[in-house]
Amino acid sequence: MTGLSIDKLSMRFDLPDGGHVQALQDVSIDLKAGELLSVLGPSGCGKTTLLNIVAGFLAPTSGVMTLNGHTINGPDAERGMVFQQGALFEWMSVRENVGFGPSMKGMPKNNKKEIVDHLLDVVGLQDFKEKAVYELSGGMQQRVALARCLANDPDVILMDEPLGALDALTREKMQSLVLKLWKETGKTIILITHSVEEALLLGERLIVMAPRPGRIHKEYRLPFAELGVNADLREVKKHAEFGPRREEILNMIWDMEEEIMGTKEDAA
Amino acid sequence: MTGIFFVIIYVGIFVGSAFLFTKVLAKGMSDYTSLKTVTFGDESAVRPNRAAGIISIFTIFLMWGIFTGSSLLPGFLHAPGPFMGDTTFTYTSQVEGQAPDDATVTVLVRPRGETVDLPEVDPGEGFAKNDVVSIAQWRSGLVNVDRNDDLNKSDGAKVIAINGQKIAPGETVKTADGTVTLSDKGTPNFAPDKGWQMEPLYLPAPEEVWTRTLQIASEGFRNFTLLEHLGFSLFRVVVGFLLGAIVGIPLGYAMGLSNWFRGWFDPIVEFMRPVPPLALIPLVIIWAGIGETGKIILLFLAALWIMAIAARSGVSGVKISKVHAAYSLGASKAQIMRYVIIPNSLPEIFTGARVAMGVCWGTVVAAELVAAEQGAGMMIMTASKFQNTDIVIMGIILIGVIGFGIDMLMRAAEKFLVPWKGKG
Repeated sequence: MTGLSIDKLSMRFDLPDGGHVQALQDVSIDLKAGELLSVLGPSGCGKTTLLNIVAGFLAPTSGVMTLNGHTINGPDAERGMVFQQGALFEWMSVRENVGFGPSMKGMPKNNKKEIVDHLLDVVGLQDFKEKAVYELSGGMQQRVALARCLANDPDVILMDEPLGALDALTREKMQSLVLKLWKETGKTIILITHSVEEALLLGERLIVMAPRPGRIHKEYRLPFAELGVNADLREVKKHAEFGPRREEILNMIWDMEEEIMGTKEDAA
Repeated sequence: MTGIFFVIIYVGIFVGSAFLFTKVLAKGMSDYTSLKTVTFGDESAVRPNRAAGIISIFTIFLMWGIFTGSSLLPGFLHAPGPFMGDTTFTYTSQVEGQAPDDATVTVLVRPRGETVDLPEVDPGEGFAKNDVVSIAQWRSGLVNVDRNDDLNKSDGAKVIAINGQKIAPGETVKTADGTVTLSDKGTPNFAPDKGWQMEPLYLPAPEEVWTRTLQIASEGFRNFTLLEHLGFSLFRVVVGFLLGAIVGIPLGYAMGLSNWFRGWFDPIVEFMRPVPPLALIPLVIIWAGIGETGKIILLFLAALWIMAIAARSGVSGVKISKVHAAYSLGASKAQIMRYVIIPNSLPEIFTGARVAMGVCWGTVVAAELVAAEQGAGMMIMTASKFQNTDIVIMGIILIGVIGFGIDMLMRAAEKFLVPWKGKG
């Protein structure tokens, strides 16, 4: 079977004072190859924990994950990760950063150069390939991060709020780029965000998570990502269904936030 | 007194040049700082004024010249020097039952170390006879005025006045070119005017230091040339530092990567770090003597902890997202070490190396002060024992220049080798 399957994943963190935090409880997700999933939720709902477990950086307390039929235990090049920022290697040039994965595999120089050049064309950084990454703007750095991830040709791309630190204009451009890359490469993508609009635009499927314990609250199938591949994202936002969906999900998250505040007051 | 004038002149040059350069000659600044309306409190708007830097250094040499009577400066700029030449004062001697009698003392004030032939003087009238003595500049001397008198102390003769001014034991009378103080036993003590200049014994003029530098550079000092002295010091620093780095960096890496290493070495490193290397000198001398081995062990210990701590914090400082990124790009542990952890720690290690080189340079000089056959520290210590202040000052300047040079070199190396420092 192809695709990513997450079955009854639970994660419990023990605290030094003897208590514990149930970060995730019985989270199950089935993703077919090539699906684009966005995960949304208030802070503390365990979405980053979920991503770290899928990436293999954390071992879950219970639950099983399989990718294309084999069990996941530990990080691997088949699951690439794009971080919010600051995960580029500033001692390497743009070209070396993008070529990092192939270099680690020991790929011959010519093949590597071909891949790197192609990806730099795709993300539009061909003119910057000999620059140091710290000389680039935030948006360019995230494009390097995307290209670096794609250079390894992973089966699944995990994105942890990759556009969170960008300004609104750059962010919109990058959203289009993510959609374009998704369509062109056909990768399975899980994208974590705390922007409702971004989750709607970049989610073929959308999961809203609830906190305490972290769990799946509601799941949607949305048409916007498919529309956004060929259209201006501002046009997509004018879609009749977009506004109501956004309001619905915003209300949902506001209710959760209020609930958290309420329980906090009760505890006090 | 001299100190006050010194401060007044120094502050005067400071204020005067500041006024001249910032108010009178100030051309409009052309960079963007000139557009700032708020510069007070804006640290980024404060940069060293180049003119101030040049004048500051120039002023140091100027003050040095003024107060040492340097031949590099025209005479009118010199602070008043010590008196030199011949001067006289008269004393009045009294013996009971006789009229008081005056006599003149001629004092020949000459530079220190100069031999003086005392001229014959006319003894004059009365029981008190004229005297002649010589006294060195900046010194004072008892004048046994009654030695040649017809009636002396044993006859009850007493000095009661100098230049006609009454004087009692312990009191002082100002004369034309100095002061006369009557000692407790009634003997006049003449001190020629010292002026405001520093005695060469304390501070030689700049040109004397320069001549001495040229002389030492060509003749050497204590069986070694100047370059050998400095070279030995540098050699010890480089060898000690390299050994410290060779052991310290891997130790720091191990401490940053393994719980066991961290637990094992943390108490040792944290204890040894605050121990000043100078405090180890006596122990190192006991163990290894005053030869090269002892010096290098000392510098090794000085550099070791600094390098270990720098490497440790370099490893600990790696952002976990970078390590995660490398793992998810398929890197093995060894590859993460080679391509992520080591390059990420290099800026910290370079900072540590700069600190360690500075500490080593200071430590080697101190160790050589204590005991050494050769080296910059030994040179100034030996010179000070023989009151060769010019060599001491030359040594201090050379030590400073080399220390500064080491730091500049390390900075340049850092800029060239780890340009990503602080950019992560």
